[in-house]
Amino acid sequence: MQKGGFNFDLYQRNVELIEKNNYKVPKTTKTGTTIVGVVFSDGVVLGADTRATSGPIVADPNCEKIHRISDYIWCAGAGTAADTENTTGMISLQLELLSLSTGRSPRVRTALTLLKNFLFRYHGYISAALVLGGVDFTGPHLHMIHPHGSTSTLPYISMGSGSLAAMAVLETGYNSKMGEEDAKSLVHQAILSGILNDLGSGGNVDLCVIKHKSMEFFRNIDTTNSKRKFRKKLPYMFKSGSTKILEKQIKEKMEKMEIVNEKESQIEELEEL
Amino acid sequence: MAGKNCVAIAGDTRFGVRNQTVALDSNRIFKINNRTLFGMTGLNTDILTLRESFKFQMNLYNLEEEREISPKTFAHNVAQTLYSKRFGPYFITPIIAGLEGEDYTPFLCATDLIGAMEFPKSFVVAGTGEESLMGVCETFYKENMEPDELFEVVSQCLLAAVDRDALSGWGSVVHVLTKDGITTKRLRTRKD
Repeated sequence: MQKGGFNFDLYQRNVELIEKNNYKVPKTTKTGTTIVGVVFSDGVVLGADTRATSGPIVADPNCEKIHRISDYIWCAGAGTAADTENTTGMISLQLELLSLSTGRSPRVRTALTLLKNFLFRYHGYISAALVLGGVDFTGPHLHMIHPHGSTSTLPYISMGSGSLAAMAVLETGYNSKMGEEDAKSLVHQAILSGILNDLGSGGNVDLCVIKHKSMEFFRNIDTTNSKRKFRKKLPYMFKSGSTKILEKQIKEKMEKMEIVNEKESQIEELEEL
Repeated sequence: MAGKNCVAIAGDTRFGVRNQTVALDSNRIFKINNRTLFGMTGLNTDILTLRESFKFQMNLYNLEEEREISPKTFAHNVAQTLYSKRFGPYFITPIIAGLEGEDYTPFLCATDLIGAMEFPKSFVVAGTGEESLMGVCETFYKENMEPDELFEVVSQCLLAAVDRDALSGWGSVVHVLTKDGITTKRLRTRKD
């Protein structure tokens, strides 16, 4: 039975496969990404694009990059998609247990420490670059976490392949006395800048506004990039019977099997797990 | 690919070692329960290992929970199994297709080799011909297809992509899953 934690059983075999047999490894899904966070007077705004790439191909044009750590602590992630998902999931779990055992609502700083310690243990092999933002009883906080485990606390942050494009917008537009609407608009513009100028970012804009005891998640607040203009009006129609079949087998749900073809069936029994 | 209260999975049946074909009847699509189909591409040994592993896990689940697993839960199970081997992964790309809930809403999920899931509403592709498959599915896909039309579209997509990929072909199987059961059809492909 599998115990918890990472399992290194196949590591040796994989090294030999790649080096000796030149095996073409399947690509991991990366979130090329533009992720952005901004602190304003009452709280924090997080923003992200929605493109996940697998090499040069867009694997998921509308994925969710802003993950929940706790009700009022959210985290946007860039890097390898599986790593960001599972890292934020694990820390969310640990934080929930911690807050239940201490009887206190969780702090952003706690999430930060848990994340940085976790990532440092793996020395950058877990490729997750995170923008952690939230509001706890000490106020609004925004942090950036690098894959090797270093962190920074800043009033505005951008990470991912589109970080330069987004930072350009943030540097121009940020002022420390911003209100909620200004902050939302600034983050929106920063993400759009990443989507338009960076090839690894694209899709729609997701926004997350966290204030004291309130959180609003604007999924796909801007979908102008997803409206395809050049789709052929009439879709292709395939008439029933246009594909030639060698053999057909219908298995009804009630475990009754009706074989349509009288010949001995060459269809390998659909293996039931 | 998803249709109206139905899903279809299609795959070729060639098993080869680089350019040499070893078998023509390797089945890589498995039935988890009446509502979930599970397909894998990639290293054959990992496909066989994971087939056994999931068979074991699902039998245990059925015994403990006394009910069948839902496709969404199974997808998360697959992702967790793959991520546990994050440093030394299984070289496979799995696809999960099923019908979720009382109203049999189509559910599709594809993950990469370490378990990063995506849940598109239209179609998922995997394998050596995945780039061609993606192009052709993107063109032929329509929303709310009935099972008959879904079968035609899925078959044509697979045949078109398989013809453009040297490493795929030599026979194909298409399974269409509706609330009434699974219809399996074998198609003739090019034998080269």
